[in-house]
Amino acid sequence: MTARTLFAKVWDAHVVHRLPEGPVLLYVDLHLVHEVTSPQAFGGLRLAGRRVRRPDLTLATVDHNVPTGDRTLPIDDPVAARQLEALATNARDFGVELFDLRSANQGIVHVIGPELGATQPGMVIVCGDSHTSTHGAFGALAFGIGTSEVEHVLATQCLVMSKPRTLEAHFTGRLPPGVTAKDLILGFIGRVGTAGATGHVIEYTGEAIGALSMEERMTVCNMSIEAGARAGMIAPDETTFAYLAGRPRAPAGAAWARARERWEELHGDPGATYDTRVSIDAATLAPHVTWGTSPGMVTDILGRVPDPAGFATEAERRAVAQALAYMALAPGTPLAGLPVDRVFLGSCTNGRIGDLRAAARVVRGRRVAPTVRALVVPGSQQVKAQAEREGLDRVFQDAGFEWRNAGCSMCLGMNADVLRSGERCASTSNRNFEGRQGRGGRTHLMSPAMAAAAAVAGCLVDVRAWELAELPASFELAS
Amino acid sequence: MDAFVRHTGKAVAFTRDNVDTDQIIPKQFLKGIERTGLGPALFHDWRYQPDGTPNPDFELNRPAAQGASVLVAGRNFGCGSSREHAAWALADAGFRAILAPSFADIFFANCCQNALLPVRLEASEIDELWRRCQQMESGEGGYQLTVDLETQRVTDPRGFTAQFVIEPYRREMLLRGLDEIGRTLLEESRIAAFERRLAIGAAGRAS
Repeated sequence: MTARTLFAKVWDAHVVHRLPEGPVLLYVDLHLVHEVTSPQAFGGLRLAGRRVRRPDLTLATVDHNVPTGDRTLPIDDPVAARQLEALATNARDFGVELFDLRSANQGIVHVIGPELGATQPGMVIVCGDSHTSTHGAFGALAFGIGTSEVEHVLATQCLVMSKPRTLEAHFTGRLPPGVTAKDLILGFIGRVGTAGATGHVIEYTGEAIGALSMEERMTVCNMSIEAGARAGMIAPDETTFAYLAGRPRAPAGAAWARARERWEELHGDPGATYDTRVSIDAATLAPHVTWGTSPGMVTDILGRVPDPAGFATEAERRAVAQALAYMALAPGTPLAGLPVDRVFLGSCTNGRIGDLRAAARVVRGRRVAPTVRALVVPGSQQVKAQAEREGLDRVFQDAGFEWRNAGCSMCLGMNADVLRSGERCASTSNRNFEGRQGRGGRTHLMSPAMAAAAAVAGCLVDVRAWELAELPASFELAS
Repeated sequence: MDAFVRHTGKAVAFTRDNVDTDQIIPKQFLKGIERTGLGPALFHDWRYQPDGTPNPDFELNRPAAQGASVLVAGRNFGCGSSREHAAWALADAGFRAILAPSFADIFFANCCQNALLPVRLEASEIDELWRRCQQMESGEGGYQLTVDLETQRVTDPRGFTAQFVIEPYRREMLLRGLDEIGRTLLEESRIAAFERRLAIGAAGRAS
C-alpha cells in the first residue's frame, strides 16, 4: 500500500460512497450542535418531515449567546433567550442530548467535546462553527460547516465532500520558555497568511508539536481556520492517549485496548506526500501579538506597527492602511507599551484549565492595572469547577479580574460581554476582525500569559521578563 | 433549493481583499431562528453609521450600486466564521452571483447551498471587471454582466468574456436546483451498510 497521510487514512475510512460527479459521501462520527447555527437546520427537518438519523451521534450545548453572569437570573436579551429555547425544543423533539445552562457539562462546544472524551482519534467530527478544527488535535478530521450542511448531517449522518488538498506544517526544534502554542500558531498564520491554507487540511508535525500538551495542540488546531484551512490535524500519541484515558465517553476496558491499537495507526506514513509543505523552526519564535484586523496581521512583541508603504501590492497597502486607521495605530509604534483598556481570558482557543493556570502564574500576587477591566471566562463549567478546586478563581479575583460562567463571551460579543467603541483589548481569542468584540472595539490577539501580563501592566508587555508565581497550595493537592 | 442557470444583472465593484463574514453579517444578527430578512443587515457596520443612518462613504451605498445583483469582490472573500447568515444576507439583499479571485472554503459551500453562485476568476479578470464597473456604472442600467453556469462563462455586452471552473457536482446541483438531502437519502442502503460494517453504535465506533 502506498504511504498515506494521516488525513488520507481518516478520510478513506469514512467514504460511504463515491458519487458519479466526483465528490464522496463522507460519514460523520460526531455532530456537535449549538444554538446559533442550528435553528434553521431543525426548522428545515420539520418542514420536510425528516428525523435526525443518529441522535446518538449528535451532541448539543449552548455557548455563543449565553450570559456569563449569574445563572440564577433570567436572560435579559429576549432574542437570545428565544434562540436558547429553540434549541431546547429542538433537542427534545428530535431526541438530541443537550447540555443546557443548568448542566455541569455546559460550555463552549469545542471545549466540552474533548473534556467528555467524545472527541476521539480517527473520527470525522463536524459542527456549525468554523473552530471545529480544534478537535483535529486528537487526530480527528474535524471541520466547520454551514447551517444547510448541519441539516444535511442531521438528516443523513453524512456530508457530500470533495477531497481537500493537504499541507504539512512542520515545526522543528522546541518552543523557547515563555513562548506558547498560541505564539506558534500566530507565527504560522503570519507566515502563510489568512488564505495560505485555503482548500487544504493542515497536518502539524515535528518535534515542537510532539512536545505540546493536548490543550496546547487544541489551541494550534483551533486556529487552522485563521490560515484558511477548514481542518488541522495532529497524529495521536501517548500524550493523546493519556488525556483520553478515563474520560466519561472514551472507550474503557477491552474497548479501550482495541481503540488504542487502531489509533496507533493514525499518523502520516514515512514518505507520505503533501500538496504543500511549510517548515518553521519553533526555537526562533517569540510571543506574538496582532496589530491589525486579521489574524495574519501579526508580529512579535518586540516588533513595531508596520508601514503600509512597505507592502508589495496596492491591495495590501490599502488593507493595512484601513486596518491601522481602525486600530488607531501609527506606523512605527512599538507594540510593547501600547495601553489596553480591557483584557479577555477565554474562548475555544484559550479557555482551558492549562490556559487559566498559565495566566494565574502571571497574575498571582499582582494587581490588574487601575485603567484596565479584565475578565476570565472559563471555556466550560468543568474548567470553571476545576479552576475553583485549584483556587485559581481566588487568584484572579484577588488581582481584580472578574470571574464568570462558561461561554463564548467576548470572543464574538454575542452576549453582553462586548467592547465599547474605541476600547483596546488584549484577548486570548482567535479573531481580531473589525467589530468582532464589539463595534469599534480594537482587538490584539495573544497568549493567556501575555494577556494576563497586559492586564497587570496596563499595556502590551513581553511576559518573558516576568517572574512567575507558584500556584496556590490547593493546586498542588489537586494535582 | 432554487436553481441557477444564468443571470444577467448590474455588477458592482467591491475592491477589498479578505472580507470576513463578521463584516458581511455582524454577530448581533445571528440570534434569529429564520433564514430570511437579513438583507437590511448586510455589511451592517460598514453600511450604517453608529446612529443608524447610511454611511455615504461605503461603496455599496452609492446610487450607482443600488439594484446590483453581481458582486465583483476581492481575494479570500467570506473568510472567518462559518455563519451561513452571510450567504443568506447577500441573497436577501438581491445578489445572485459573487465573482472573486478566491473564496474561503466554508463560505463557498454555503453560497452553493443557497443558489448564490460563487465564481472564481483570475485576479487579472477581476481587475478588468473592476475597471469596467467603474467606467460604466453611471450609464443606463449600470454595468451589466451575464453569469452563465451552463457554459461556465462570464460575459458583458462589450466583449469581455471569462471562462470559469466549478466542480461538476456543484454545477449539476445548481443547474437542476436539486435538494441535496433528498438526494443523499436515496443512498440510505449504502449508509446503513456502512454503519453495519463498522458497527457504529451509540458510543461512537465500537470497532
